Amino acid sequence: MKKTSVETAVGVFVLIGLISVAYLTIKLGKMDWFGDDYYTLDARFNSVSGLKAGAVVDMAGVEIGQVADIQLDNQRQVAIVNLKIKKGVILTDDVIASVKTSGLIGDKYIRLTPGGSDRILNTGDMIIETESALDIEELVSKYVFGDAEK
Amino acid sequence: MTQSYTITNMLAGLGRMAISPVQEFGRVAIFFFRGVIYLFSFPLQADKIIDQVYFIGTKSVFVICLTGAFTGMVLGLQGYYTLVKFGSEGLLGAAVALSLIREMGPVLAAIMIVARAGSAMAAEIGIMRISEQIDALETMDINPVRFLFSPRLGAALISFPFLTAIFDVVGIIGGYVTGSLLLGINSGLYFSRVESSVLMEDINGGFAKSFCFAAIVVTICCYQGYTTHLRKEGFGAKGVSLSTTSAVVLSCVMILVADYVLTSFLL
Amino acid sequence: MTVPLIEFNQVFKRFGDNAVLKGVDLSIYQGQVTAIIGKSGIGKSVLLKHIIGLLEPDQGEIRFQGQAINAMPAVARRAVKMKFSYMFQGTALFDSMTIYENVALPLKEKGQVPFREIQRRVRDKLAQLDLAGIEDKYPSQLSGGMKKRVAMARALVTDPEIVLFDEPTTGLDPIRKNTAHAMIAQYQKTFGFTGVMVSHEIPDVFYICQRIAMLDQGRIIFQGSPAEIQNSTEPAIRQFIRGQDPEATQAALSER
Repeated sequence: MKKTSVETAVGVFVLIGLISVAYLTIKLGKMDWFGDDYYTLDARFNSVSGLKAGAVVDMAGVEIGQVADIQLDNQRQVAIVNLKIKKGVILTDDVIASVKTSGLIGDKYIRLTPGGSDRILNTGDMIIETESALDIEELVSKYVFGDAEK
Repeated sequence: MTQSYTITNMLAGLGRMAISPVQEFGRVAIFFFRGVIYLFSFPLQADKIIDQVYFIGTKSVFVICLTGAFTGMVLGLQGYYTLVKFGSEGLLGAAVALSLIREMGPVLAAIMIVARAGSAMAAEIGIMRISEQIDALETMDINPVRFLFSPRLGAALISFPFLTAIFDVVGIIGGYVTGSLLLGINSGLYFSRVESSVLMEDINGGFAKSFCFAAIVVTICCYQGYTTHLRKEGFGAKGVSLSTTSAVVLSCVMILVADYVLTSFLL
Repeated sequence: MTVPLIEFNQVFKRFGDNAVLKGVDLSIYQGQVTAIIGKSGIGKSVLLKHIIGLLEPDQGEIRFQGQAINAMPAVARRAVKMKFSYMFQGTALFDSMTIYENVALPLKEKGQVPFREIQRRVRDKLAQLDLAGIEDKYPSQLSGGMKKRVAMARALVTDPEIVLFDEPTTGLDPIRKNTAHAMIAQYQKTFGFTGVMVSHEIPDVFYICQRIAMLDQGRIIFQGSPAEIQNSTEPAIRQFIRGQDPEATQAALSER
């Protein structure tokens, strides 16, 4: 009857809406609905200027995780970056984390360069060897005005 | 003597001008809170809410898809010609998706719903007011705010986020149509940019906006209709037309004002 | 004398510059049908709306069983309101609902009457008022007289204790009018309800009402039994119940 046709139409609408919401939150928002497929590592950088939470973590050009969180370590005055790494990617304790830029003015991301150690990093461990963000302005000023430290 | 009288009069007029909007805002706020309370009071009015979701939501899907598609397409076009100047047309997916999800989606969807459903709400409730139907509800001991406003509020809070999500998704596809199919950006690049640039915060922010807009739009439109009989500028059918007009104009203005305020809080 | 069910005590009401009620005193007794008569636009509907609380008096008070309604706590006020039912002059049917939904609404919204019972009572009322078979139509599809009767069905479907009728029979044909009047009288006998009726049906109301009140110039100038009003010597009342406006009639007739 009339009543059921209204209800069906509303049902279809809600379904389409839910699919759209699901696409946005799961696919684009990368919401972890299905348990935690990641383990987390910390890395300490002198500067992470330009790096944002959600930025890509890659190794050899393959995406292996994301930046979960960036905080300031108040005691040492350096940046602590929390990385989410896909389970199954094995990293060792001498891996080098460096902040890189895709293109000249593109997004910042973190590149992990593998090491040769046999000690494997687990959740909560710290990556010790890091390279901070390349500051183009600093580079240019060094080039133009000469390096004061030299 | 007369002069001092005129001055006092002018001051009183100024005072009235200052007080009346504040008073009006207070009345709207009370109206809104009454609606919220009755929305959750038993017995729940589920079938009325479903009817209203049909009216506000289902019937708006076509319009939302249409406007969403063209908004996405024009964003793709404009974005491409702007980004190509900096040689970074690969970022088009990010530009389209972010502007849709953070701004255009919630705002344009809300404005389209105002045009389609908000005006109708104001007119319907206004006519009920002038033909004594609201008085009739009161004589039957049916609370008119509960009966008329709460189901619409509930339905809007359900429909707005869904319509916004549909608008966003259709818009992103629209951007793909112009960006990739017409202007030749690699389609994989477009979608990977869309995926990598959008964060959960952006999506949450967009939904927070659409919830706020839902509350604002329905409250303003229903309130305008509900108080049609209090208008001093016109009665009867004229009053309904004035209510409808001011409901649409006020809603649109308040959407944009609230959008600015919310954005400044969310960023 | 017994305590009146509803009592107006020096009620004043003005809309802007227009003072409509200027000190109304009126008593309505349990179990009686009281008719309020008076010229059009004199404020009879305003008076009626005060009883059910759609309008609040500027001054004075309205008592229900001896208690002032505007001094009652909200719960007691609602309980009083539940006993009333109101039939609007302009019918005030919900034009987005079918006739069935209109009549069923007062029962349905309370949520206490089972579905079958609602159905039975609505169909009964519609049948009594000669309205069977239009349940699925909308108010705008009906004639004015039919709408009036639907409004009456809606007012009576809850079997209220007190019914306020605002011109229940205006616009009905003579047969339907008599049916409606008979129905009101019949109801009063069966359920003993109290009625307040604003009406222009001058001779008819004398037969179905036990009490007549006349409103003029913002005051009640007469209240008493139909016999009393018919024997009244007050010129304003005599003119009104005979439908005479001496000067105008004379002038119009002499022009011929």
